[in-house]
Amino acid sequence: MSAELAQYLLSGITIGAIYALVALGFSIIFNASHVINFAQGEFVMIGGMTTASLIGAGLPLPLAIVAAVIVAAAMGLALEKFAVEPARGAPVVTLIIITIGASIFLRGLATLVWDKKLHALPPFSGQQPIEIAGAALLPQSLWVLGVTLAIVLALSWFFGRTLLGKAILATSHQRLAAQLVGINVRQVVFISFGLSAALGAVAGILITPITLTAWDVGIMLGLKGFAAAVLGGLGSGPGAVLGGLALGIAETLSAGYLSSAYKDVIAFVLMLAVLFFRPRGLLGGRITERV
Amino acid sequence: MSLLRVEALSMEFGGVRAVDHVSFEVSRGAVHSIIGPNGAGKTTLLNLLTGIYAPSGGRILFEDSDLTGRAPWEFAVAGVARTFQNLQVFFNMSALENVMVGRYRRERCSLVAALLRTAALKRAERACREEAAELMRFVGLGAWLDARADAMPYGGLKRLEIARALATQPRLLLLDEPAAGLNPAETLEVVGLIGKLSERGHTVVLVEHNMRLVMGVSDHVLVLDYGRKLAEGSCEQVRGDARVIEAYLGAAEAGEPASALH
Amino acid sequence: MISWLAQARTGGMLALVASIALLPLALTNNYFYEVAILVGLNAIVCVGLNLLIGYAGQISLGHAGFFGLGAYGSAILTGRFGWPPLAALPAATLAVALLAYLIGRPILRLRGHYLAMATLGMGVIVSIVVATEDRWTGGPDGMPVPPLAIFGATLTGEGPWYWLVGALLAAAVWLSLNLIDSPAGRALRALSGSEVAAEVSGIDSARQKVQVFVISAVFAAIAGALTAHYSGFITPSKATFFHSIELVTMVVLGGMASTFGAVLGAVVLTTLPQLLTAFKEYEMVALGAIMMGTMIFMPKGLVPSLALLAASVRVGRATA
Repeated sequence: MSAELAQYLLSGITIGAIYALVALGFSIIFNASHVINFAQGEFVMIGGMTTASLIGAGLPLPLAIVAAVIVAAAMGLALEKFAVEPARGAPVVTLIIITIGASIFLRGLATLVWDKKLHALPPFSGQQPIEIAGAALLPQSLWVLGVTLAIVLALSWFFGRTLLGKAILATSHQRLAAQLVGINVRQVVFISFGLSAALGAVAGILITPITLTAWDVGIMLGLKGFAAAVLGGLGSGPGAVLGGLALGIAETLSAGYLSSAYKDVIAFVLMLAVLFFRPRGLLGGRITERV
Repeated sequence: MSLLRVEALSMEFGGVRAVDHVSFEVSRGAVHSIIGPNGAGKTTLLNLLTGIYAPSGGRILFEDSDLTGRAPWEFAVAGVARTFQNLQVFFNMSALENVMVGRYRRERCSLVAALLRTAALKRAERACREEAAELMRFVGLGAWLDARADAMPYGGLKRLEIARALATQPRLLLLDEPAAGLNPAETLEVVGLIGKLSERGHTVVLVEHNMRLVMGVSDHVLVLDYGRKLAEGSCEQVRGDARVIEAYLGAAEAGEPASALH
Repeated sequence: MISWLAQARTGGMLALVASIALLPLALTNNYFYEVAILVGLNAIVCVGLNLLIGYAGQISLGHAGFFGLGAYGSAILTGRFGWPPLAALPAATLAVALLAYLIGRPILRLRGHYLAMATLGMGVIVSIVVATEDRWTGGPDGMPVPPLAIFGATLTGEGPWYWLVGALLAAAVWLSLNLIDSPAGRALRALSGSEVAAEVSGIDSARQKVQVFVISAVFAAIAGALTAHYSGFITPSKATFFHSIELVTMVVLGGMASTFGAVLGAVVLTTLPQLLTAFKEYEMVALGAIMMGTMIFMPKGLVPSLALLAASVRVGRATA
């Protein structure tokens, strides 16, 4: 394998893991409530920015990370409680405007609380690149991949083995039936927002040492994570991971071999292709409509 | 003389045969009923007969043209109209406009004429309104000409759907449980309406649970069970058919034949 | 019933024309004229978008793409190829119409969230292309646009532009009202009432959706081209996702399935940021809060909510 190809693949998997985490957040919320949370990207931003400012205030890195994730989760819960729940049952276009309004609100809040400058986080364990197959792998990338893997495993345990996790899945498959067996659907939706926000924040914290962060990183990351979720199949956990990785690799490969100017376009071209030819995505279930 | 011929029609939903090789004929000017226990596939059959589902097998021949697999609007253009079991009324429009929608294909309306609101269009609109009002009166909704659809009672809405279906000037009218949810008085009105339709020469296919209604108006009855044709014939033939009784009541109760089917 | 309908149409049209004719009395400086012209241009897009979202019940999160393509199309034809604006504008619009027609069929097979995502993707792709192909478009910094010239006479100054945009807005509203009150319009409304019942009544829903999609794209393209010539400059910001959301919010805020609502939404959401420039830092927070608030508390939008309010007041007075 050429060193160039190896480099593209490694950076592709790294950013792909981030997309996967964001996509997981989208899927979890979509599953629980059929809402597309356009503010998902902002949680990524909040994770990175909060950690950076807490470190600036003197907190040690691990503490700052934990605090930032908690802050993001709290914002996710607040979003659900104050913006999404009051509009329960509203038509799709209304919910879309609400979550987009929320994302604009959060971005505006970020410029007020912080600023419009770029912020950095120190890499978790040093900057010395590791050589693999002629390509340079940053230690931070290992953190990204490792933590993402750990999270994916933890989530599959959560959804497969715990009562709460299974309740969330049940709600996603059949809301009414879930209510009838005593699952508090409102609580499920509430928790799913908190969980997704935490996931987004972790993604933001992981990637900031590599790409830096600012008040507006959430826009593109959110949209691309979203494209990844569609690619893998909206609502499918494994699909989100697969979609994220596939998207990351497709992006770096096309940027390297085709055109780096159009790097951002590939995500949306893929998303459109999926929607035109296989709307359920790679791993999604059949989309049925009963008359 | 057959208006509609259905040959070995099947519909599969991922392994479940909702409709299984059903064949029958509908003769012009008659009132046919399709009955069967819940889940027998009656509404699926209607969905097939209006193009809402594309069949997994079989053919639908309407007036000698093969309509199998065509889109619902093509069925409508060919002359097949229907009402829905769970109302599919346009609640965002007035009652009159609901019926006017039925006339869509009969109006030749170009986009340019619509955008410019030509005199010809205005005349056509007035005529359309008149026809729709006439149809509403025919089905007994004369009092609701100025009403919004979302202000009408359930029974009225069921008749509104019939008026809308009639507006398409159909040659075949499919009514999906027109008496569902109606009280005895309203049911009698539906019986009267179907009678009027029959008098006017309309061919009607009725899916119904209400046996009294079915036996009262039908010239021909088709019984479905588990997606398959169980029996067909005149009301008397079907009423006395042992298999039909068994399907409705279960084998053990076969000693009480006729009462359940009255 | 019929007379009431006539009243809403003619009454509303009269009010609109009167407002356009009399507004200059309140526009005391160039800046106000500028805002009014921008309002008018946005309103033209919104009237078309409302046909798609409000009447046909579809969604588009990418209409800024059509707006931008119309703008850049006319800009490039006049700026780089020296075409007369009267030829460039229709040509650009026609190109956008063709694109909308080609994309329309596959995109409109999707529903709900999937349709939203697909239109979003389409819009983002347009905005990225427009920002990247700098040889044609001047890239992220944009490009200058020659002024509009009608048979040699250049249109300069806020006055003439105001009347042009005002006339076009009135025309757009008139066309939209005509369409809604026609068999084609009923077909559209039937689509959003119950697509299956519309199909069964003989309406080819796929064809109808594409038709209204193209019409709304045409409105957007024309408004985009005019905006480019009016400002003398065009940047990719006019084709972004953010602009698409602004447009959708205007339509929903004003009241879906209401042509005058679309105009009102454009008025409110175009003037609001201008009022908020004093609080520049709070602009995003305010906009986000307004979007959330209006959707939660007035989901039907301004015009229907006001109409409901008026109706309940009337009932209150009648029963008092």
